[in-house]
Amino acid sequence: MTRPPDAWTAVRGSPWQFLRSAWPWRSFAYLLTSVPLGIATLLVLAFGLVIGVATLVLVVGAVVLAGLPVIAGALGVLERRRLGLVRQGAPSDVSFRERLRAGRRLPVSWPETGYAVLLAVILWWVDFMVLVFAVTTPVVLLISPLLYDAAGPVELLGWRIDTSGESVLGVAVGVPTLVAAAYLVTLVASAQAGLARMLLDPREEQLAAAVVDLRRSRIELVDAFETERRRIERDLHDGVQQRLVALTMTLGRAELDVAEGAGLELVRQAHEQAEAALDDLRGTVRGIHPRVLADHGLAAAVHEIADRSPVPVSVDIRLDARPPAPVEAAAYFVASEALTNVARHADARQAQVHAWRQDGSLVLTVVDDGVGGADAASGTGLAGLLLRLEALGGELAVSSPRGGPTEVRMEVPCEA
Amino acid sequence: MRGLRIVLAEDAALLREGLVGILERAGHEVVAAVPDAEALLAHTTHARPDVVVTDIRMPPTHTDEGLRAAIRIRTEQPGIAVMVLSAYVAEAYVPELLDASPEGGVGYLLKDRVGHVREFLDSLDRVAAGETVVDPQVVRQLLVRRRDDGPLAQLTEREREVLALMAEGRTNGSIAAVLVVSEAAVRKHVGNIFAKLPLDPASDRRVSAVLAYLRS
Repeated sequence: MTRPPDAWTAVRGSPWQFLRSAWPWRSFAYLLTSVPLGIATLLVLAFGLVIGVATLVLVVGAVVLAGLPVIAGALGVLERRRLGLVRQGAPSDVSFRERLRAGRRLPVSWPETGYAVLLAVILWWVDFMVLVFAVTTPVVLLISPLLYDAAGPVELLGWRIDTSGESVLGVAVGVPTLVAAAYLVTLVASAQAGLARMLLDPREEQLAAAVVDLRRSRIELVDAFETERRRIERDLHDGVQQRLVALTMTLGRAELDVAEGAGLELVRQAHEQAEAALDDLRGTVRGIHPRVLADHGLAAAVHEIADRSPVPVSVDIRLDARPPAPVEAAAYFVASEALTNVARHADARQAQVHAWRQDGSLVLTVVDDGVGGADAASGTGLAGLLLRLEALGGELAVSSPRGGPTEVRMEVPCEA
Repeated sequence: MRGLRIVLAEDAALLREGLVGILERAGHEVVAAVPDAEALLAHTTHARPDVVVTDIRMPPTHTDEGLRAAIRIRTEQPGIAVMVLSAYVAEAYVPELLDASPEGGVGYLLKDRVGHVREFLDSLDRVAAGETVVDPQVVRQLLVRRRDDGPLAQLTEREREVLALMAEGRTNGSIAAVLVVSEAAVRKHVGNIFAKLPLDPASDRRVSAVLAYLRS
């Protein structure tokens, strides 16, 4: 027979097994440790409250009061550990140090504070009474003949043992009382552990909420990232790029005005260099967040990449409305990266880009008729895009058997 | 050639000044240089220039105000030629713009082209003279796109190249020079193109071939 996983299961099982197991003793230890802990908590809370309220006029008081939930948090950590006494495998928990490091971001836990108050005000007191009762009653009964011999009649819970015959009966009653005490201690310990778990254990919903929070913050991060890229693009476009265009215009005019000769040659060179700088800048801006994508959407932007591709690319993008900006940007960069790879490695004669909506998702595929054998993980820019897609809840798959064809397929959820 | 009277719209002050400098250097008269489409329309109606030069992307929405204004001018005042400048290739614009002026007098250039002052001024003169000028890069992109479908599918690769060069406004001689072939060969290609495309017999075949190409 396997060991029961906790005191509560054990107490409901076979009495013989229960009594022989460690659970009554562990429950006893649980209640016994509750008492000093409860007293300590009471003292700390009371002291903190008094000091806090008294010095509230000074700012110190507020700090002290604000510190009380932190103490409750520390107690929570300790209590979760202590639960191991009455159940195997206490709940996993972040350590107190981790919580402190997480600092203010971690919300004060009201259930933890509530538990601390309960422990300080009621629980340790109840535990104490139960312990006294559970220990003294069987012990006094069992040693009642000795007590009777030494000190005369014994009175216990309204029963007066005043003959030696009665004291023998006391011993007989003492054995089942001991058993009852074991049950009592275990039941009380189980009940208190249940209460502690209810208040201290992170609930399923809390975990689910945390996951939702994390997902949202990740999407926000991608959003912020996208916004920042747009801002940088705008700054470059409105600033440096316009100055460079103005410079090429001035140099173009100078070419008309400067007389034929070495001077004109220099002006022409300067003009060419300014054009080259402008080209470089345009390439950079395109890699950050192309203006045409922001203004006209995915189809126009992908057409522009297709136009620059040395491999002929046919584009078929059917989207009724514009997807959210991060989705659009992700799709654009997947197409851009895939087409760059086609031009570099695939040895393809042609490629196709398709994009459409399907079941609330944006699907984009890039297919080429090249040599295949591409590996998504092998340092292509696609690996970097995976992170972005994951944050959006999307997927990227590359199918590239040797001999081709290669298909890059992206799918990102986007509500219509 | 006599100087043209021009109304210019461009929201970036630096570029506006640069353009004014170039136009005046070429002997044109810039009757108004304005930063948005509303002012452009007002000044155009008032000053009745020969040519309007406008940026596409201008305040307040920074999308296609300039283009809307250009189309309106072409429709309401067909005597005024329009040269549209764009920061990038947005090909959806081109057919719209050309539809608004089937008889020419319209141009679509990338802003980069302005730095090549001679080319730019030449294009401007041609638009003022009633021709249609479309930026070579835009033409190339349209060519890439229209490979698979439409009437152009019947053309050979070389014929499409010739047509693209025609769309840039080049003469047969100039096309021959670019493709490094004889002018007679170009004439033969042009003949084939005219034969293959469903063209309106009433209008200039060269122009309608180009339009068919750009709109297909």
